[in-house]
Amino acid sequence: MHRRDFLAFGAMGVGGIILPSMFGKVIAAEELNSAIDVAVKKALADAAMNAAKSAGASYCDVRVGRYLRQFVITRERNVENVVNTESSGVGIRVLADGAWGFAATNAMTTDAVAKAAQQAVAIAKANAPTQTAPVQLAPVKGVGEVSWRTPIAKNSMTVPIKDKVDLLMGVNAAAMDAGADFISSILFLVNEQKYFASTDGSYIDQDVHRIWAPMEVTAVDKKTGKFRVRDGLSAPMGLGFEYLDGRAADKTVGPNGIISYGMSYDMKEDAIAATKQAREKLTAKSVKPGKYDLVLDPNHLGLTIHETVGHPLELDRVLGYEANYAGTSFATMDKLKANFQYGSDKVNIVADKTQPGSLGAVAYDDEGVKTKKWDLIRNGKLVGYQATRDQAHIEGKSESDGCSYADSWSNVQFQRMANISLEPGKDKMSVADMISNVEDGIYILGRGSFSIDQQRYNAQFGGTLFYEIKNGKITQPLEDVAYQIRTPEFWAACSAICDSSDYRMFGSFFDGKGQPSQVSAVSHGSSTTRFDGINVINTARSLG
Amino acid sequence: MGIFTEAQAKDILTKVVAMSKADECTAQLTGQIQGNVRFALNNVSTAGLTDDTDLQVQVAYGKRVGIATINQFDDASLERVVRRAEELAKLAPENPEFMPAVDKQVYKTSPTFSEATAAITPVYRAKVAAASITACKAQNLIAAGFLEDGQSFVAFANSKGNFGYQRSTVLDYTCTVRTQDGRGSGWVGTDTQDATRFKVEDDIQIAMRKASASSEARALEPGKYTVILEPMAAAGLIGFMFNFFGAREADEGRSFLSKAGGGNKIGQQVFGPQVNFYTDPWDPVAPSLPWDEEGVPRKRMDLVKDGKVVALDYSRYWAQKQGKAPVGQMGNILMTGGTKSTAELVRSTQRGVLVTRTWYIRMVDPQTVLLTGLTRDGTFYIENGQIKYPIKNFRFNESPVIMLNNVEELGKPVRVPPDEVSMNIMVPPMKLRDFTFTSLSDAV
Repeated sequence: MHRRDFLAFGAMGVGGIILPSMFGKVIAAEELNSAIDVAVKKALADAAMNAAKSAGASYCDVRVGRYLRQFVITRERNVENVVNTESSGVGIRVLADGAWGFAATNAMTTDAVAKAAQQAVAIAKANAPTQTAPVQLAPVKGVGEVSWRTPIAKNSMTVPIKDKVDLLMGVNAAAMDAGADFISSILFLVNEQKYFASTDGSYIDQDVHRIWAPMEVTAVDKKTGKFRVRDGLSAPMGLGFEYLDGRAADKTVGPNGIISYGMSYDMKEDAIAATKQAREKLTAKSVKPGKYDLVLDPNHLGLTIHETVGHPLELDRVLGYEANYAGTSFATMDKLKANFQYGSDKVNIVADKTQPGSLGAVAYDDEGVKTKKWDLIRNGKLVGYQATRDQAHIEGKSESDGCSYADSWSNVQFQRMANISLEPGKDKMSVADMISNVEDGIYILGRGSFSIDQQRYNAQFGGTLFYEIKNGKITQPLEDVAYQIRTPEFWAACSAICDSSDYRMFGSFFDGKGQPSQVSAVSHGSSTTRFDGINVINTARSLG
Repeated sequence: MGIFTEAQAKDILTKVVAMSKADECTAQLTGQIQGNVRFALNNVSTAGLTDDTDLQVQVAYGKRVGIATINQFDDASLERVVRRAEELAKLAPENPEFMPAVDKQVYKTSPTFSEATAAITPVYRAKVAAASITACKAQNLIAAGFLEDGQSFVAFANSKGNFGYQRSTVLDYTCTVRTQDGRGSGWVGTDTQDATRFKVEDDIQIAMRKASASSEARALEPGKYTVILEPMAAAGLIGFMFNFFGAREADEGRSFLSKAGGGNKIGQQVFGPQVNFYTDPWDPVAPSLPWDEEGVPRKRMDLVKDGKVVALDYSRYWAQKQGKAPVGQMGNILMTGGTKSTAELVRSTQRGVLVTRTWYIRMVDPQTVLLTGLTRDGTFYIENGQIKYPIKNFRFNESPVIMLNNVEELGKPVRVPPDEVSMNIMVPPMKLRDFTFTSLSDAV
């Protein structure tokens, strides 16, 4: 997500009105429970496709979208805001004279969508003369009328607001009672009702759900002026409200008593732990810079996977289409042909648009392609990219990878990152086993600051919690830790991966790309993983 | 629908406010027409146009607030949105930090609107893309860029008789130019409300020169260097810092502007004595709306004077709690400087590093505003007042607070695209001592 948009999300309009414009219009909570009749959507899609074909389109796809979001925002003992938003409309993409055209309208009538379809064809025809080569689409067989829903147990949108407010107020009270100076906690709930139709003969109705429950606890030492923040250890997930049930079976207790969460989150428990740990951070030992063996928890490693593998293996970046915004990639086509050694032979990384509970899981992508799981890195070697229908041929493939996505009906779909995950180790190994073999290391949990260059070579990552490892034992908390890496060297230093019993998902709601900028939500799974001899810097400074 | 005149907007808002039976009502109309063209690999990739108008109504019963929005403006729709906001307010929990609507104010119009920008057509956008691509093709370079322009209006009224209306325009152009072999990269960006100030033919030459000149980069050891940050490079760090100029966070003890022992650093020497920042809605080059997000009138106001912090941003709630008079929060960031260009700063430098642009800046430690990020699109070694050769990009770990205590010289401020802050920003090129580069990047 573009920083400016993210700031706007938190901004208030004149008179204290929160600006929901980036998410659509504000609606009442009960309207979150409804959906557009599928017959209405089909009629709109048919009207658009007929108009496009009559105007000369060789291909047309139509997305009838209704995007719903709910935010419950609290701090300490106050509810700051409850906002529900809706954005509905129809986006039409066509191929005419070998070029793409796109137009969108929020008027949900057959006349309006037919007009938009004609506009899309006109734009395509206008773009065609400057096109260097005609668009080549990998074939897709129509699937007729099908539907799919994120497998959720409890629809977040139907849970009463009072229950949500009570939950967050309980979380905040627990932290304040435990001694937090400040806490903010938020529920961010998403339902994308997406209908896709194309001239290939598909009519796909999908109901996608996501949930995110971020929080941050702050501890302040007024005397010294020092403050520290401990973020929650949850992950945004492709789940319903059941994610917040805090099931005991989904908790992992680390060797130093830190509780990590898998497919279920206990927000109150984490708030109490966060309060204690934020206080500990005020007096924790400042790290001595140098080379360390790093033990990285899945809720930390996910962001590193995202930045150093997910992005560089997006084919549009590799080709140069994102040069002015997201950047290009060091992992160029010649490296794919040569099966470039991306990491150690323990490193197996897959892209997967089907993984249950993940943010990117759907049955069909926004081009109507059946989603799948495929290899990007196998035994440390580069073996694949992420490509859409119009990119597959460039990689010499005959099918799309099914990773096209648009964040709104009004934006054109394009290649977006699939869930990119590191496969667990094949041999039995727990986190305790892994740490017992580390002589001089640091155990890092949770996301921190992250920055990487425009070709994805040089990266720096912080974290939420840091612990010193000496001679196979966790000795004390550390602070001021960040590690600097060069992508292929970092993955080459991967020396051990815990087994599948430790596998958990990290996620991001706001992965930004494209101009105008679009966001997408994506998960990254892994087990706790060890990297040897990584350069750690000390980030403490004095302002005098 | 797009843009309403002041009379049209006032008519709708007056009706809406009169319809409300709540204790108070604030209504806001916003509209925009935005166009864009995107190009990459010397081809236009996408072009689009959006048109959007929206009415937001906020009502309050006591401290219970409800908000509703709509994009239809007939009387029945207006009635519906007001009733919806009222229903939501009755169901809402009390907000202990609720502030009543602002009293009637007088706002002095600021120069945010340009007819030339509002008149931009798809043909103009296509010509900008074509001019960028043609120039690059002629020199065997590759262009990727984006032009976005738009006009907008905002109007608001409340049940205390307050009313405001203003139109704005913006043009934002960026272009990254790369060499065919991928070993050189340059960048240029323009951000202005006035399209007559934008000359694509001049801009694209800057990016092309940087691309060609940055090939064959050599590696320099990371460490502390005297640097010349071009305005865009400096604005990345400075803009980021101003996201943390809130009085509340400082008073609560969780900001770099918190004082040990409690309170904030207003009045303290936080930066070097050459450093001055102010905010001014009527700045002709980088103006802002004459009211802040709560409708409080803005004024010209020093933020940092001779390195001392003079003012922080107070919300009306926090100002009241701290016993301060409400002042409009900053809408732009203007840094003063001297008269020299970047080239003149280079000429007076014995040894140093010239940085075109900073990128992917993230907070490492909010306690000290330690930021990390990278240089890109043209980083050069300077010796004896001359650019000697291009160098590989660096990662930096530096705090803008420390950086602004190490100022050697400031050049002439210019407006740059606001990458890291949502406000218009003017920053000079600057020569700084001991800027901290912590590693090398192979990225071009």
